[in-house]
Amino acid sequence: MASPLVSIENVDMRYGGPTGTLAVSGLNLKINRGEFVAVVGPSGCGKSTLMKLTTGLHIPQTGAVIVANQQVTKPVSIVGMAFQNPTMLPWRTTLENILLPLEIVERHRHRLRSHKAEYVAKAEKLLETVGLKGFGEKFPWQLSGGMQQRANLCRALIHEPELLMLDEPFGALDAFTREELWCVIRDLHASQDVTIVLVTHDLRESVFLADKVVVMSARPGRVISEHVVPFERPRQLELLYEPAFNEMVQKLHGEIATARAAA
Amino acid sequence: MTTLDTTTPVAVPPKPAFKVDWVRLAPFLYTVGLFVIWEIGVRISGLPHTILPTPTRVFEAIIQYWSPIWKNSLQTLYTTVLGFMIAVVAGLGIGLFIGWSRTIYAGLYPIMVGFNAIPKVALVPILVIWFGIGTVPAVLTAFLISFFPIVVNVATGLATIEPETEDVLRALGAKKMDIMLKVGIPRSMPYFFGSLKVAITLAFVGSVVSETVASNSGLGNMMASAQSNFNVPLVFAGLLMLAVEGIAMYALMAWVEKRMTGWAHRSTMAN
Repeated sequence: MASPLVSIENVDMRYGGPTGTLAVSGLNLKINRGEFVAVVGPSGCGKSTLMKLTTGLHIPQTGAVIVANQQVTKPVSIVGMAFQNPTMLPWRTTLENILLPLEIVERHRHRLRSHKAEYVAKAEKLLETVGLKGFGEKFPWQLSGGMQQRANLCRALIHEPELLMLDEPFGALDAFTREELWCVIRDLHASQDVTIVLVTHDLRESVFLADKVVVMSARPGRVISEHVVPFERPRQLELLYEPAFNEMVQKLHGEIATARAAA
Repeated sequence: MTTLDTTTPVAVPPKPAFKVDWVRLAPFLYTVGLFVIWEIGVRISGLPHTILPTPTRVFEAIIQYWSPIWKNSLQTLYTTVLGFMIAVVAGLGIGLFIGWSRTIYAGLYPIMVGFNAIPKVALVPILVIWFGIGTVPAVLTAFLISFFPIVVNVATGLATIEPETEDVLRALGAKKMDIMLKVGIPRSMPYFFGSLKVAITLAFVGSVVSETVASNSGLGNMMASAQSNFNVPLVFAGLLMLAVEGIAMYALMAWVEKRMTGWAHRSTMAN
């Protein structure tokens, strides 16, 4: 196998100067190209820090973060990000919101004006994949929470990132919408050549979607175990009710409970 | 800006023969009511015109002195609007500058607050020394008094960008300039247009104060000279004209705000 897409080696990250909080310590993680990795752990375990380290928004004090064979020293533009809060800009239509990353990314921003039609077609195709066909002209505040989150995913994918980072993207949604979006993500991962890192509190979500579940310890965060998810793809929602699935969820739950107690 | 009508159509109820829309009429009725109470109050108490004239006497004065009132009203409107427009340009510029970085914000904010605490009437003599009496100090006073709310609001709009939005864009390689142009400035526009309503009324205060102490024209000057002649109805006529101009400009700003940032009234921006 080729070298991993993301490689985090012995990373320490401390906020607020030398006496500040140590968010992660001795963090080691490898993510292969095309893999779907879910990161779970007790709250405050540095999951968001992991995201910011990988995207180059934070540079670690010790250790190295290597993305696509390059040590990260500034924001890497091969990632797309989506957060729990969809942060759609209310003065732009959904389509214009989705096109926003193209106005920023160096590779696209100079082509955008002359190739507008091509990009719009691409955005509309993405909207169709997430089940939002025909909603591009609506403003984000005319969409429901679940629809905004779908649009948010489109925005994270429009510049064809190699790595998609999702920080609890479904946390604020109701159970049915969440399951629908699990399937959207599952299909996106299956149809596109993208590596996905999903940070979540929801263990069922992590087991349902990921190839590998990474469990982190309480602060200062580090990886305490990695579990390969054995279930075959494509996975259907019925999987959620199978004994083997629940057994795995329960095992993860036990590990996190222990990690919490140790803190 | 087009707003989408999302209400579901319902069966049209039979039209009532005649229905008074009290909410729409309320502003007019209350204004008339105020004048009526004023009129009755003065008549019953028997106060002389030189202390508190009745509204009818004030309207008489408006007709009687229409030519100077009209001329001076235009002068005041002119100085106010000019000062206000300078304040809009300067306020927007300084606001964007202050909101640009935390350091500039931290450094300039106390200075701005201190400056705002100075009563602007105290600055008029200095402006007179520099520019002489007349239009220039009135315009500058209107500017000085009205630009602060604009600065504060624009800077606030920039300073309250959601960190997630910033992260998403920075991870894509966005420069500070990109974030300002794509997010910061459009985001601060509702704050900016909202502040115009406050600023325009303050601008009237500034120009009239300056005209009162250092000018040969404008409503402030007209009222000051009427007062020295004990022509109290004319003083009140001037006040009434100021109120009318103030309401008109406020309404204009409110309309502009609604036109420019309709989206802000429909979305929950601060979440």
